[in-house]
Amino acid sequence: MAHRTEIRFLLNDREVVLEGVGASDTLLDHLRLARRLTGTKEGCAEGDCGACTVLVGRLQDGALRYETVNACIRFLASVDGCHVVTVEHLSPRGGALHPVQQAMVDHHGSQCGFCTPGIVMSLYALWMASPRPTTEEIETALQGNLCRCTGYAPILRAAQAVHGYGTPENDPIAQERAAIEARLRAMRDGRRVVSGPEKNRAILPGSVDDLAEVLAELPEATVIAGATDVGLWVTKFLKPIGPAVFIGHLDGLRQIAVEEDAIEIGAGVSYSGLEPVIAEHVPHLAPYWARIAGWQVRNMGTIGGNIANGSPIGDTPCVLIALGATVTLRHGQARRTLPLEDFFIDYGKQDRAPGEFVESIRVPRPATGQRDAAYKVSKRRDEDISALAAGISVTVADGIITDARIAFGGMAATPRRAPGPEAALLGQPFGAAAFEAAAKALAQDYQPLTDWRASAEYRALAAQNLLRRFHLEHADGAAARVRLSA
Amino acid sequence: MTDMKTIRAPIRGDESFAPIRGAVHSSLTHDSAANHVTGRAAYTDDIAEPAGTLHAYLGVSEVAHGRILSMDLAAVRAAPGVVDVLTAAEIPGENDVSPTGKHDDPVFPEDLIQYHGQPLFAVIAESRDAARRAATLAKVEVEVLPHALDPEAAIAAGYPHVTEPLTLKRGELAEGREGAAHRLAGRVRIGGQDHMYLEGQISFAVPGEDDTVTVHCSTQHPSEAQHMVAHVLGVPSNAVVVQVRRMGGGFGGKESQMNLFAAVAAVAAKRLDRPVKIRPDRDQDMTATGKRHDFVVDYDVAFDGDGVIAAVEGSFAARCGFSADLSGPVTDRALFHADNAYFYPHVRLQSRPMKTNTVSNTAFRGFGGPQGVVAAERMIEEIAYALGRDPLDVRKANFYRKGRDLTPYHQEVTDNVILRLVEELETSADYRARRAEILAFNRENPVIRRGIALTPVKFGISFTATHFNQAGALIHVYNDGSIHLNHGGTEMGQGLNTKVAQVVADAFQVDIDTIRITATTTEKVPNTSATAASSGSDLNGMAALDAAEQIKARLVGFACESRGVAADAVRFLPNAVAIGDEVVPFAAFVKQAYMARVQLSAAGFYKTPDIHWDRASGTGRPFYYYAYGAACSEVEIDTLTGEYRVLRTDLLHDVGRSLNPDLDRGQVEGAFVQGMGWLTTEELWWDEAGRLRTHAPSTYKIPLASDAPRIFNVDLVSWNANAERTIKRSKAVGEPPFMLGISVLEALSMAVASVADYRTCPRLDTPATPERVLMAVERLKGQGA
Repeated sequence: MAHRTEIRFLLNDREVVLEGVGASDTLLDHLRLARRLTGTKEGCAEGDCGACTVLVGRLQDGALRYETVNACIRFLASVDGCHVVTVEHLSPRGGALHPVQQAMVDHHGSQCGFCTPGIVMSLYALWMASPRPTTEEIETALQGNLCRCTGYAPILRAAQAVHGYGTPENDPIAQERAAIEARLRAMRDGRRVVSGPEKNRAILPGSVDDLAEVLAELPEATVIAGATDVGLWVTKFLKPIGPAVFIGHLDGLRQIAVEEDAIEIGAGVSYSGLEPVIAEHVPHLAPYWARIAGWQVRNMGTIGGNIANGSPIGDTPCVLIALGATVTLRHGQARRTLPLEDFFIDYGKQDRAPGEFVESIRVPRPATGQRDAAYKVSKRRDEDISALAAGISVTVADGIITDARIAFGGMAATPRRAPGPEAALLGQPFGAAAFEAAAKALAQDYQPLTDWRASAEYRALAAQNLLRRFHLEHADGAAARVRLSA
Repeated sequence: MTDMKTIRAPIRGDESFAPIRGAVHSSLTHDSAANHVTGRAAYTDDIAEPAGTLHAYLGVSEVAHGRILSMDLAAVRAAPGVVDVLTAAEIPGENDVSPTGKHDDPVFPEDLIQYHGQPLFAVIAESRDAARRAATLAKVEVEVLPHALDPEAAIAAGYPHVTEPLTLKRGELAEGREGAAHRLAGRVRIGGQDHMYLEGQISFAVPGEDDTVTVHCSTQHPSEAQHMVAHVLGVPSNAVVVQVRRMGGGFGGKESQMNLFAAVAAVAAKRLDRPVKIRPDRDQDMTATGKRHDFVVDYDVAFDGDGVIAAVEGSFAARCGFSADLSGPVTDRALFHADNAYFYPHVRLQSRPMKTNTVSNTAFRGFGGPQGVVAAERMIEEIAYALGRDPLDVRKANFYRKGRDLTPYHQEVTDNVILRLVEELETSADYRARRAEILAFNRENPVIRRGIALTPVKFGISFTATHFNQAGALIHVYNDGSIHLNHGGTEMGQGLNTKVAQVVADAFQVDIDTIRITATTTEKVPNTSATAASSGSDLNGMAALDAAEQIKARLVGFACESRGVAADAVRFLPNAVAIGDEVVPFAAFVKQAYMARVQLSAAGFYKTPDIHWDRASGTGRPFYYYAYGAACSEVEIDTLTGEYRVLRTDLLHDVGRSLNPDLDRGQVEGAFVQGMGWLTTEELWWDEAGRLRTHAPSTYKIPLASDAPRIFNVDLVSWNANAERTIKRSKAVGEPPFMLGISVLEALSMAVASVADYRTCPRLDTPATPERVLMAVERLKGQGA
């Protein structure tokens, strides 16, 4: 089968076919510069302000699902086969405003107006998912949208009022759903796409097997899943990324299997995609999960990407290490599986050979007697990178600690286990004394750095205190509050 | 000017005339709201680019202080798409964009680099991407000099002031201290703040014939951008037009900081005779433009056993950056607000506007005032903890009141409503009972601690540079009855255009839809002041009213002349004019006036009366009036990590007789959250090399929706018409509520103090990040042990 060279997608109500799309071309630049769809704004070009929020609808296992994404760091090539919806699609010129828009107008939800189209798009996605949202749902939907003028109160009022202006069933996107699905299905030809100039080549493999082949041929290629980090290499650091292999569209990497003893997660599963499984099967992780980035980034970013990226401050590695996760890497048809903590060798260095890619992550389900916690400490509660984060899993039998897995992020050059505290706990009665000893032992394992997120002193102290908190939270008969109000 | 008495008020309740849509004191939505939500509101970067448009990008320094030995730009020039490179040598006129004429703010330095990230040159290329890439290719050889980044380091290094300091003095400190039972001294460090307007800096220059150029610029101060561009080009101001329809936020960051961008775009456009746009990315916007000043305040306060202040001495050292910019008036205003709402019988306050090797700090909502207020509130807290009293009682004991109403700058506070306002909030927020509950909660909970604080604000309204308190407007009534409104103020989201249009609609008694709001441009209203100091509606509303009244007077004259009636027989009814018993629709009447050759256009003008200020002696009446407000916030901290939540905030704010209550409420809510952000999570962090490392939203954390108070009650004072003759007796609202955010800081302080049983005032510098909260808890725990 010959490779396809053009990128094809639906943009609002029209089909777009583009030749020559390079790996580093962004969706936002395409919208603003090539299409003059200037309703979508650039506020930061790093996926943190949400002014560029658009919806991307894609077929996964045959079903069409729309999600908010940051167009600034979303690569144009990656919307192949998708339906991109911008703010311009919500209301026809001269026609009535969309319910979300009218609610925003009536409740004074805009002041300067620059963040507004992005906020409208986030609220639009929320309204489709949850027409009568709770305050918490609204805040979660807006985690990735900054507003500097309003203080958010009028936006919250607008979001709560939208349902009075219209129902999602009558929305054009819902009405045309079948037609859009059919058009997107027709675009999916399963062919490999090879696009753009040689130095900036974008490759979209046709399947996971095809991906293995492509990477075997181009072992030094940049692998791009959600682009929530690679996007910044381009927009902020002007780094070349070609040839780049895009994997976000591969259904084969987006599978989740909940088995009796473990959860098997495809490397391409997004944070949002895993959210329901976390809520049901790993509930201690749910509040932590909701504090990973903002909604748009959780829709884009993947578990596999967070791991393969190797950042010491990635949110998932420490909590998955504590749970005893393993990672499976694939090269061609060969696979190997290793404990997740062994994947991280040093700063910027992982146990991934050229041509190899992260295929899946396996997370054992908590055993009886296991007490788990996941903690994130950051300057701002939501949509912030951790100053430090911790996963703690302790197994207790007859009051004695029989197993302890503790891992921290943000405390060293890699996400790493804490052997000192683990040893201090093992064999001890589950009590304050053991955790005090564990806290004291932390200094053996970590010499954290000072940077703009936190000082070394703060990181060291807060890390100790997280161990103390774990004890307070899991001690029998604890009465006093140990966590902040939701 | 029209004699107001000749025009009777429209008859309300007349069955045949529904009131106009959009009169003053009604809650109209923002005039651009529908365009905002549809994405059709055009910002500078959305203007369609003419063919041939080029893009500029700045190349910047990589040291904080040094001498340029050589600058090799060959690789820059050779990069793909590059058309031109501008350095200091290519500036045709003055190489300076100092807003105060100090000549200390070069567009590009000739030999001295004064901060990390300082623009050294600009690349002009066929695309923005090409310009950005090329800008990284310069080879700059520098002799590195020692640098000082903050006011303390600058003082230690013997750095100069960037501008003349100010001293405010009244009474004799020694006398006040002598009679006082208590005295304490302390230091508080107050962090700066980035504007983080969602739309960054941008200028787009289109060359005209001869020496003319038009610059589309995101600015709060088009006249200044115009004058700076003229000055840098070496052409008269009449060759330059600057215009702006709207900004995506300003907050003071576009009062002077657009100058460099406007100048670069204009110089390049004239050199190359092609349109040139410059838009820095967020990192460059944040590193190369000024911010709110950080302050280090040393205070020494004497007080009696009831907490009544006897004497205050304060030194206010500010991180001004490498040049003066607006640091003079900003540090002055810090002193003007170092009393907040409190009477200081004996006082001496001094500013120290320190030069530092950082970007030149600038205007930011409150303009130094908030830092002064934080210092005042810290002193109150010190006194309260020292005496073991509820800080609110100490606040009340020190409020300005009759006989104790003279400020440190010798202006009498005559419109004082702070006690009534605070007591209303105290009741509506149930402060006393909640405080008791919190004290009980803290006794039961060792890990999670709560705090509550009720803080007041009094804020002086007027530019302290008296000459800025003037404004102009231009109104055309077209012969179909439609009205074109223009004024010197700029729209940055605050709803100024809506409010001014309401004033004009009210004056003509026409529906607001009759009025077209237009872009601010230096061609229509000249020599304007910045839309700043909360003055936008006060000044421009009055100027527009003046223009409307002039046209109305001519219409009345025409009615009298054409109908042979006296002036008092002419009334402006909703969308109609009544002349005796005859009622003519407004548009028809305008057409008649036009046919009779009546001039239907007028330029209006306003200057604030009664204000004066003598800086040398530190005396005068710099402020026309004061705006008041109060906030009560309750927080919860986690003593293990220092993280916190704002559980509830109640605000009560005085906006006089509001021109538009909903828009004013929006200003109050927004300002509170921005003020809270300043004092909590927004941290500017420089590394030792002088590099700002929090330079984008990924590292610089402004509040999110989930940071706003869990319960948020906001009310406007309904009973306080402005005592002065301001526009419709309203009050300015842009800045004063910013300081309501201080209630969150003081509530955090109480929660921290709980770990040492409230015996010690916590040393909680700002921003009170989780780290600072935890470290303050640890220090107190150490003391308590």
